[in-house]
Amino acid sequence: MELVEKELLTTIQNPMLPLTFQVRSRRQETKDTFTLEIEPVESGVEFKFLPGQFNMVYVFGVGEVPISISSDPNRWNRIAHTIRMVGVVTKAMGKLKKGDLLGIRGPFGSSWPIDRCSECDIVIVAGGIGLAPLRPAIYHILSNREKYNRVVLLYGARTPDDILYKNEIEKWRSRFDFEVYVTVDRGTTGWKGNVGVVTTLIPRAPFNPENTVAFVCGPEIMMRFTSLELLKRGVKEHNIFLSMERNMKCGIGLCGHCQFGPAFICKDGPVFSYSQIKDLIFKREI
Amino acid sequence: MEFETLEKLLREHPFFRDLKEEYLSLIVGCARNVFYKPGEFIFREGEQANEFYIIRDGKISLEVSAPGKKPIVIQTLESGEVLGWSWITPPYYWHFDARAIEPTKAIALDGRCLRNKCEEDHSLGYELLKRFITIVEQRLQATRIQLLDLYGAG
Ligand SMILES: Cc1cc2nc3c(=O)[nH]c(=O)nc-3n(C[C@H](O)[C@H](O)[C@H](O)COP(=O)(O)OP(=O)(O)OC[C@H]3O[C@@H](n4cnc5c(N)ncnc54)[C@H](O)[C@@H]3O)c2cc1C
Ligand code: FES
Repeated sequence: MELVEKELLTTIQNPMLPLTFQVRSRRQETKDTFTLEIEPVESGVEFKFLPGQFNMVYVFGVGEVPISISSDPNRWNRIAHTIRMVGVVTKAMGKLKKGDLLGIRGPFGSSWPIDRCSECDIVIVAGGIGLAPLRPAIYHILSNREKYNRVVLLYGARTPDDILYKNEIEKWRSRFDFEVYVTVDRGTTGWKGNVGVVTTLIPRAPFNPENTVAFVCGPEIMMRFTSLELLKRGVKEHNIFLSMERNMKCGIGLCGHCQFGPAFICKDGPVFSYSQIKDLIFKREI
Repeated sequence: MEFETLEKLLREHPFFRDLKEEYLSLIVGCARNVFYKPGEFIFREGEQANEFYIIRDGKISLEVSAPGKKPIVIQTLESGEVLGWSWITPPYYWHFDARAIEPTKAIALDGRCLRNKCEEDHSLGYELLKRFITIVEQRLQATRIQLLDLYGAG
């Protein structure tokens, strides 16, 4: 199958007009990353999304950037965004407090093909902030656990202090039906877990490559190495899915800002199968 | 009896997967079972590298230390993996410290014994080198990615 799951209709009638959402809570995840829980201000709005989709998030008077939705897709309206402060807009988001307002356009884009297989193994490989767009898929998979065979999470962070959703990861780890492996690039004193890049977990992770669907999200170089390692293990090209990132403006396939070869990341992605984009991700000029 | 057990353990380890029986029975003559308690050093930087280790169960960290600083963990290795290749390359010294961080069962293979067998039988030598080069390549790739500091580059 070449197609990733079809996007939902956007909630907003006019996808260029933001809806106003209010910050309900703010949680600091790591030194530079935080999670905002937000809700529509207007009553009667039903905000549904699929795992892997993103919103264009507008900080009034500052600017608008694409941010993936990181909450449970079964929980409508109160949604979460996990954001890393890197520049003007994301730093302004970092200053928002409970009660502040934001503009939201979305949800946009393709989603993780969570219903692509039944009885298959699912391998989720996340690097850094890449765990955020995968978390809705994890929630969905865990609440429909009986549909899948083995479910494995391989998560790599820079240091132990950079691990996202620490408490949640601990809860996941204690489940018997979810195999969670965390590794860091740089160990610190007191860290008893794995040290090494996330790709080193792939050869020894417990899954049957013949019957595995893999979801990968992280920095692009990490996704390239991860794909090669998954292929080496025997996972099929069309069963590997990656979430791509490019700068965006309109979010709906009009402006061309997010062009990726013949595709637009906002409209045709962000989730693509490896077979769809293998000729593009190794090219420098794309 | 012990030889039989060791042979079985070696045959089941991913590193020796599909190795010809005749080679396995040569190699087993250079093998012994070992156990390390958490915190125990398996080898230290600068020591003679006379063995390598097939990890059966447990976890090991590879560390570098500098005076006045806490040791830095470069990598951890677990069951199914192999520790050490300095025994193949002269002058046969370890470049890192290796320490068990969990109770660890392993099979130690005598490097001198194996080097002699490889000299006598180049086909065995080639077979072992092919297996080691795969590991060296994996570690080199991993080290390169680690150097890129992917998640840090904001
Ligand atoms: C589909 C999609 C989903 C995304 N989901 C998330 C998410 O869930 N959480 C999240 O935190 N971000 C996410 N991003 C990235 C986010 O959109 C960017 O970090 C944001 O646009 C940066 O805007 P800024 O104004 O803060 O930084 P700018 O002022 O535009 O950039 C400032 C500096 O940061 C660097 N920079 C810009 N973007 C990134 C980046 N992604 N990573 C590292 N450095 C960067 C720039 O090169 C520049 O040096 C997503 C992007 C896409 C396309
Ligand atoms: S952001 Fe405008 S086309 Fe994708």
